[in-house]
Amino acid sequence: MSSSVNLLIGLAMGLNLLALGSSRMPSVIRIVAAQGVALGLIPFFMEDRFGWLVALVAAGTVAVKGLVIPNLLHRAMRTAKIDREIEPSIGFVPSMLLGAGGTMAAVDGAQLLPLLSEHAGTLLVPGALASIFTGFILLIGRVTAISQVCGYLILDNGIYLIGLLLIHSTPLLVESGILLDLTVAVFVIGIIMDRIQRAFDSLDTRKLTVLRE
Amino acid sequence: MTAFLEIILRLAVWLALAPLLPGILNKTKAWVAGRRGPPVLQLYYDLARLWRKSVVLSTLASPGFIAGPAVAWVALAAAALLVPLGPAGGALSFKGDVLLLVYLLAAARFCTAWAALEAGSSFEGMGAAREVSYAVLSEAALITAVLSLSVQSGSVTLGTMLTPPVGAGAALLAAGLFAVLLAENCRVPFDDPNTHLELTMIHEAMALDHSGPPLAVILHGASMKLLLFLVLLSEAVLPIRQLPAFTASAALAGTVLSVTVGVGLVESLLARFSFRRVPLLLTTAFLLCLFALLLAWKGGAQ
Repeated sequence: MSSSVNLLIGLAMGLNLLALGSSRMPSVIRIVAAQGVALGLIPFFMEDRFGWLVALVAAGTVAVKGLVIPNLLHRAMRTAKIDREIEPSIGFVPSMLLGAGGTMAAVDGAQLLPLLSEHAGTLLVPGALASIFTGFILLIGRVTAISQVCGYLILDNGIYLIGLLLIHSTPLLVESGILLDLTVAVFVIGIIMDRIQRAFDSLDTRKLTVLRE
Repeated sequence: MTAFLEIILRLAVWLALAPLLPGILNKTKAWVAGRRGPPVLQLYYDLARLWRKSVVLSTLASPGFIAGPAVAWVALAAAALLVPLGPAGGALSFKGDVLLLVYLLAAARFCTAWAALEAGSSFEGMGAAREVSYAVLSEAALITAVLSLSVQSGSVTLGTMLTPPVGAGAALLAAGLFAVLLAENCRVPFDDPNTHLELTMIHEAMALDHSGPPLAVILHGASMKLLLFLVLLSEAVLPIRQLPAFTASAALAGTVLSVTVGVGLVESLLARFSFRRVPLLLTTAFLLCLFALLLAWKGGAQ
């Protein structure tokens, strides 16, 4: 049970590094979607017995993160006619090395934390910390709004992993609420990106520094 | 005396078998493209033809122009003697021989680059510069892979350290070493062995001004390097050691052949990457080997 969870989280950590290293927008979106699906499958393997509520949340997560959000992002890319090339402000190789260093630090640092004995053997906490760190690198190191959205989604995947630690005590309402928030946020960002593209002819967030009436 | 004879015999097998692999590779590529392709033994014919030809020497070239390929070939042959062949073990084996293997490969690369610079042509200098700058990253990956194997087995002798990890570690190591194999042997997606456009080639650019026997030696050395990396990759990933002797030899030969066909398939299905994306791919290979090292470390600690 724990080994298949670890395998899925290891896969997600590998996808983190791939997301840092890929230079095309559609492939980053696909990687984020694959990571969402991999993490959404985890609750199925964490439970000893099959629970309807947990299964429902997991299926919802897979559907939203694997289908709805990537579709929203692809549509936003099409309508705003965004360039497929990513311009990094932190280069691909340095950001990958940073991400790898962060992953290793997360694996090592999680052993220092006072975890419950049932969580100590899994990669849940290291995976969460590594994903959050990767999300931050993507948010800082990419200049266009849409790649920053992908960073935000990876960051959210990390937070979701931390939420899995509390899978028995979080009400279903909270989980589905977070999922709904995420969908709405991406939906709204898709609209905003279109507006930014029309107003500034680019999605470069470095140009959005001056406030005017 | 018998030990000496055995070494000679093994070296002869290595030297004789190595030019077969590029033939198989080209046959695979031709098969995927729907062509008949050159015969599998084409490289043997080429080597024989080149050996009979005379050498054209630049007036600028020092004796290093001839000595470079020769020294590189000797270094590669010595490296081949160190690599264990499944149940038969290595022809030479001592503690720390893996370090000698890494250094012999580096020496071979240095001598090829040196001979390329001796020609006094800017294209060869460019090829040498590219080769060496890729080597910085691919050698880091190779050394990390060696480290992970040595941590795994607690040994620095090639004969005993090729006890592969299982599961995720083996997958990481296989992917990392495969990328290193492609980069070190100048295959697609790092370099295209078929291209003869001066601006894009790497290994071919270094051999541009060589002719006759020195070129034959360079080509044969390259094929030996390919065989060496294929054997290393198969033994580092597959648990060949646990099998009985005959099955182990068959498994080794089968793996080497199938990886060769795999390289041919990669070459047919992928285009060459642009130069600025190559460091990214090599860094990925390095990271794969690094995570294999971490897994070996953590697994060993438990």
